[in-house]
Amino acid sequence: MKKVYINSIASISAQKTFDNTRFLEEICSYAETVLPVVSPNYKDYILPAAARRMARGIKMGVVASKLALEEAELENVDAIIIGTGMGCVRDSEKFVSAIIDNDEQYLTPTSFIQSTHNTVGGQIALGIGCKGYNFTYVHSSNSFESSLLDAKLMLQNDEANTILIGGVDELGAHTTELHKVVNHVKKNIENSLDILKSNTEGAVFGEGANFFTLGNEKKSSTYAEVIGIKMYNTLKSSISDLAKQFITSQKIAIAHIDLVILGNNGDVTFDGNYNELSSELFANTQQVYYKHLCGEFNTASSFGFWLASKILKNQHLPKVTKLNNINDSSFKYVLLYNQYRGKNHSFTLLRKC
Amino acid sequence: MSKGVAITGMGIISAIGNNVSENYKSLIEGRKGISKISKIDTIHKNAIMVGEIDFTNKDFEDQLGLSADNNYSRTAMLGIVAAKQAIANAGITDIKKYSTGLISSTSVGGMDMTEQYYYEYLKNDKHRKYIDSHHAGDSTQKIAEHLGIEESLVTTISTACSSAANAIMLGARLIKSGELDRVVVGGKDCLSKFTINGFKTLMILSDTYNTPFDENRKGLNLGEAAAYLVLESDKVVKAENKKVLAYVKGYANANDAFHQTASSENGDGATLAMEQALKVAGLHPSEIDYINAHGTATGNNDLSEGRAIVRVFGNNVPDFSSTKPYTGHTLAAAGAIEAVYSILALQNNIIYPNLNFKTQMKEYDITPQTELKEKELHNVLSNSLGFGGNCSTVIFSKSQ
Repeated sequence: MKKVYINSIASISAQKTFDNTRFLEEICSYAETVLPVVSPNYKDYILPAAARRMARGIKMGVVASKLALEEAELENVDAIIIGTGMGCVRDSEKFVSAIIDNDEQYLTPTSFIQSTHNTVGGQIALGIGCKGYNFTYVHSSNSFESSLLDAKLMLQNDEANTILIGGVDELGAHTTELHKVVNHVKKNIENSLDILKSNTEGAVFGEGANFFTLGNEKKSSTYAEVIGIKMYNTLKSSISDLAKQFITSQKIAIAHIDLVILGNNGDVTFDGNYNELSSELFANTQQVYYKHLCGEFNTASSFGFWLASKILKNQHLPKVTKLNNINDSSFKYVLLYNQYRGKNHSFTLLRKC
Repeated sequence: MSKGVAITGMGIISAIGNNVSENYKSLIEGRKGISKISKIDTIHKNAIMVGEIDFTNKDFEDQLGLSADNNYSRTAMLGIVAAKQAIANAGITDIKKYSTGLISSTSVGGMDMTEQYYYEYLKNDKHRKYIDSHHAGDSTQKIAEHLGIEESLVTTISTACSSAANAIMLGARLIKSGELDRVVVGGKDCLSKFTINGFKTLMILSDTYNTPFDENRKGLNLGEAAAYLVLESDKVVKAENKKVLAYVKGYANANDAFHQTASSENGDGATLAMEQALKVAGLHPSEIDYINAHGTATGNNDLSEGRAIVRVFGNNVPDFSSTKPYTGHTLAAAGAIEAVYSILALQNNIIYPNLNFKTQMKEYDITPQTELKEKELHNVLSNSLGFGGNCSTVIFSKSQ
């Protein structure tokens, strides 16, 4: 079986991450419970006429994919695999409200077309002329992880040599309002960086696009190697037991893990699994978190994957991500754990190259 | 790597039947499930025809024994009905005996509820329980729960009208690579105002029975359905002495990279998908005995797909037909519905008629099979083509 490398990365998030020469040196904090992305200048990458027609999710995805391809010096890839919880949700909202408001009359197809979940993947393929495999996973907090697993299988089995994967979700105003009325969004927050101190239910919501090119050949641009990825739709035993099983199945020991990247979002009702890992199994391991930087969304874990890639390549931990203070350097194995509202758990294991 | 991907169970609910045998009976009797819409109050009700399932949501809730406070979308309920049939058909009594995953697909998800309560959600809490069932993964999670699939690989694919074919493809690859011993794969979609109006704005809905590959085709009929297959590894088949219905022999996905909603005139993506699927299957085009075409009866699809078939099969195009005149176009579920029909074709050595066909298309000279035909079948190829240029082919075979 071939190895799987992360050969380039690109991130558009609520932080200034689209400039890949920087690494979370300057931090944006928000007094809001919903964090929009810091947009790059889309016109630098997309013709203005085309950009005007594009949904925000498409714009973010297209630009992030361009940045990732550029860094890996690729013009095309063998496959494009996208994860998105909601697709271009603003267009879904537009189309539903237009149906209701106008009693099914005077509708135009644009928002219906863009609302289709695989629009981002389709548009990227169209843009670069990629006729290869093109999948879109839409499974809540395991959307991005599904795309990673699929890409890993293909690269290992030599069914493809280069694959673009990405996690992308955009905020939609109505959908956010709905999540507010069922208390999935925090009522208020003074500073988005303090979510873990909030002691309240719900999360701070966000959006973003984190894209990567994976390949089965190592390059000068390589960030890390993907060792393992496993998903669990539910949790019936304990998360510590699942973590142990996963690590053992990768033929290493808990002690080999140099860094744990956790998807805590500060929701007191659902952070228990994270707290169990950080206070017990990995109590003596360096821990970092990131949802105070990017907000919670279905593919927020792709920001965690971006963070892991950056840390492994630079061997440096941004201070703002630290959950404890054990080890500042020499990271070889990094374990990521994520879940949302107690469902769709995942472990991802990366290794320094 | 496991060699074979065995299909050991299947389940289906569609406008032509509530289970596998009812669907087969309708197929061979030439009985369509297309009618005027009755369950959705749409202003287009006199201008369209659909493939609707008779049961109401209340009927499904009763069948599934759901409590009054359940938050199941119709999509989820259709999926559970079909997936449970597939598990029973595969003779599975202990789902935990082997590592079992679920790869499902949908395009509509919980939109049927969202479009009813969209503004009401903000005014009162009566139907807020459905907010959580909107996203595409929710119906998949509920199917997993009903099948007893826990702590396992469960995910959802949404690539428009090729979704379920892609779910079958991923499932087959997971078995081949040894990631799972057993996987339930398929798709589900219910009718909704959202899709009715969406396709209406694209002006590709027929006001009468859809007529695939006909010169005078007027567009598609939307349908609702769900279907699931159980795929098992050689190891499980051997250990359990399983009866194998058929094998997933080949598969491929390619992208047309031509237009967001239209297929390229020469069917580049569909051609690539069929060619690569044949390669994965290790089959020569002449070994395909029947093509269950995507055949939606839109002007664009049938031209593009037909040309792609000619490109791949040359002067020896096998018998082909579209079964969408029976069921309507069931969107994300279509690939799974037609997988069940392809397997039934193999089992019974039957080719279904392409109903409603009258007039030969001008652009090429291939003609769909219009009468029920008995013929020894070994390999059946099924196409599913979708928005975003998404083209998929799956090949089902009698032998490994």
